Amino acid sequence: MSGPKYPGFDTLALHAGQSPDPATGSRAVPIYQTTSYVFRDTEHAASLFNMERAGHVYSRISNPTVAVLEERIAALEGGVGAIATASGQAALHLAVATLMDAGEHIVASGSLYGGSHNLLGYTLKRFGVETTFVSPRDPENFKRALKPNTRLIFGETLGNPGLDVLDIPAVAAIAHEAKLPLLVDATFTTPYLMNHFGLGADLLYHSATKFLGGHGVAIGGVLVDSGRFDWEASGKFATLTAPYEGFHGMDFEEESGTRAFLLRARREGLRDFGACMAPMTAFHILQGVETLHLRMPRHVENTRAVVAFLEKQPQVERVIYPELSSHPDYELCKRLLPKGAGAVFSFEIKGGRPAGRKFIESLRVFSHLANVGDAKSLVIHPATTTHYRMSDADLAKSGITAGTVRLSVGLEASADLIEDLERALKVAAKPAAAQP
Amino acid sequence: MDFVVDRRKAFAYIAAHAPDARKRTIVFVHGAGLDHSTFGLQSRYFGYHGRNVLALDLPGHGRSEGPPIPTIAGMADWVLGVLDAHEIAAAAIVGHSMGALAALEAANRRPERIERIACIGVGYPMKVSEAFLEAARRNEQTAFDMETIWGHAAQVPLGGNPNPGMWMYGDMLARLARLAPGVLYNDLKACNEYASDFANVKCPVLLILGRRDAMTPPRAASLLQKLPNAKTEFVDLSGHSLMAEAPDATLDALIPFLAEPR
Repeated sequence: MSGPKYPGFDTLALHAGQSPDPATGSRAVPIYQTTSYVFRDTEHAASLFNMERAGHVYSRISNPTVAVLEERIAALEGGVGAIATASGQAALHLAVATLMDAGEHIVASGSLYGGSHNLLGYTLKRFGVETTFVSPRDPENFKRALKPNTRLIFGETLGNPGLDVLDIPAVAAIAHEAKLPLLVDATFTTPYLMNHFGLGADLLYHSATKFLGGHGVAIGGVLVDSGRFDWEASGKFATLTAPYEGFHGMDFEEESGTRAFLLRARREGLRDFGACMAPMTAFHILQGVETLHLRMPRHVENTRAVVAFLEKQPQVERVIYPELSSHPDYELCKRLLPKGAGAVFSFEIKGGRPAGRKFIESLRVFSHLANVGDAKSLVIHPATTTHYRMSDADLAKSGITAGTVRLSVGLEASADLIEDLERALKVAAKPAAAQP
Repeated sequence: MDFVVDRRKAFAYIAAHAPDARKRTIVFVHGAGLDHSTFGLQSRYFGYHGRNVLALDLPGHGRSEGPPIPTIAGMADWVLGVLDAHEIAAAAIVGHSMGALAALEAANRRPERIERIACIGVGYPMKVSEAFLEAARRNEQTAFDMETIWGHAAQVPLGGNPNPGMWMYGDMLARLARLAPGVLYNDLKACNEYASDFANVKCPVLLILGRRDAMTPPRAASLLQKLPNAKTEFVDLSGHSLMAEAPDATLDALIPFLAEPR
């Protein structure tokens, strides 16, 4: 039997969250560049502050332009709602701060973006939140690291730097058996490539700076809640299920059920930590979201072409991409990422640091910088940039080598990208000129 | 707050104010498959404006112990039991959809205990399509999709949510995902089978109807509009989920109606 139909992903990417502006008829999302909103009268003001009416009070808490982005990403992910933040890092911090108190514990994948590793491994530790890092390759590792005070399991959908595919169904089952939520960093997969909540994740966030924005023009993050995790039944989350003195004794779960997490994150997290998104940033990121369904297939198509080229080059030691049968998560990737394994991957160039340096400096189309997920192709050689102080032995502990090169494949003509790589590989392979 | 009705644990949201015998009481009764939090903004408003608020979770919903009650008459008796449990002689009821039928039936059975009724998104008879019922009976995802899509105006998935950052479809689906199997079917069947002549419903009745309601279109309320003391307010752009789709318009309709003297 066929039932009523939901709008397609492409339609939601263009429309969700916005009606034509009632004041002007503007079809594009207006940029509400305002800090605050005029109350109709004192009664209206009091009702807004006390959450008796819906609306905006102050743009640190909510803003009409930002709200369009939040609702649109929530729609694309199938969540109850979202909160846009100043960066992806702010989204991770907001998630942790909403759920956890000092003295509690996180089990996290060890295959994380360096910034996330720093936040969990060093910074949050100063505030009493401990993290145990485990290899995500075996989901049982998460189970083995659980403690009585564990409150969160966390991983990246495609882990850094080896592109480990997080087995979300298996890790979610472990989390749920322990009455814990699973939070994933979905930046590399985007809602287009992976159905994160459908696979079992409870919470997710994006560095919207990357593929969502897609054009390298704005820093931002988005935290999304599936609304499926029952905080009350878990019994482990007093921040959501006990009266909170900081908001007039509100019990967020009792007040709002499926919306409890986002309610506290907005009403406490944005209010007190203040890492909100600016309306202009939301506008920039929305321009990217409107073409996400067109860009991601092309990102993947170009990446596959580049991967196929690199695999055949004698100067390349190995290519690390989960769609290759040589990758340990090849089968898992086919199951969880049928539309493709994204557009960020790494390979190892023969010749170590000198070869890597020459390769990077010989590229003309790829841009040498520290970002991923741009419409333009990007490259970085960790051993001579982000990790340049580290010995080869220390690099190995981080899962990379002196020859590791990371590419973020953009939307240029794939033939031009391959030509650029081919030329740079030839230069890198030339022996150094003899010194006089 | 937790309390006991018919020897089972029941829950009502009270907006952080314990019931006070000196205040008039408003009871909120949710629709099929839902719970007290569908009235979040509206119940909170009245709780902070001098009223006792009991936003109920019907048995088998939200935090109230099951099983669900299979008939509208049974739900009406249970609501009257809630008044007994709190020693409330009479109260106003705000009911949404199935909850509105339960409110009308409570007034039909014990008219002296129901001061007035606000019926949000209601129709009578509340017939449910065979396809919807069958999908719910099988606990198929299609039933949750029907409840979600028909439960909102057509523009909702593409339009802006008055509640910043929230996506109404996702919220409805998440609520339904928390239901025990069979609860939605129980509720839809109860609505489908309910019949009454409303002979004893003489109290003031306010119908708040969304002009874009696909679940209970405004024309489906024509019989209720003939109740002796009924009046109707239409909300232009809203579908069936008026409390979420048009929270301010819904509240603005409720405030004067519930402020009228007994």
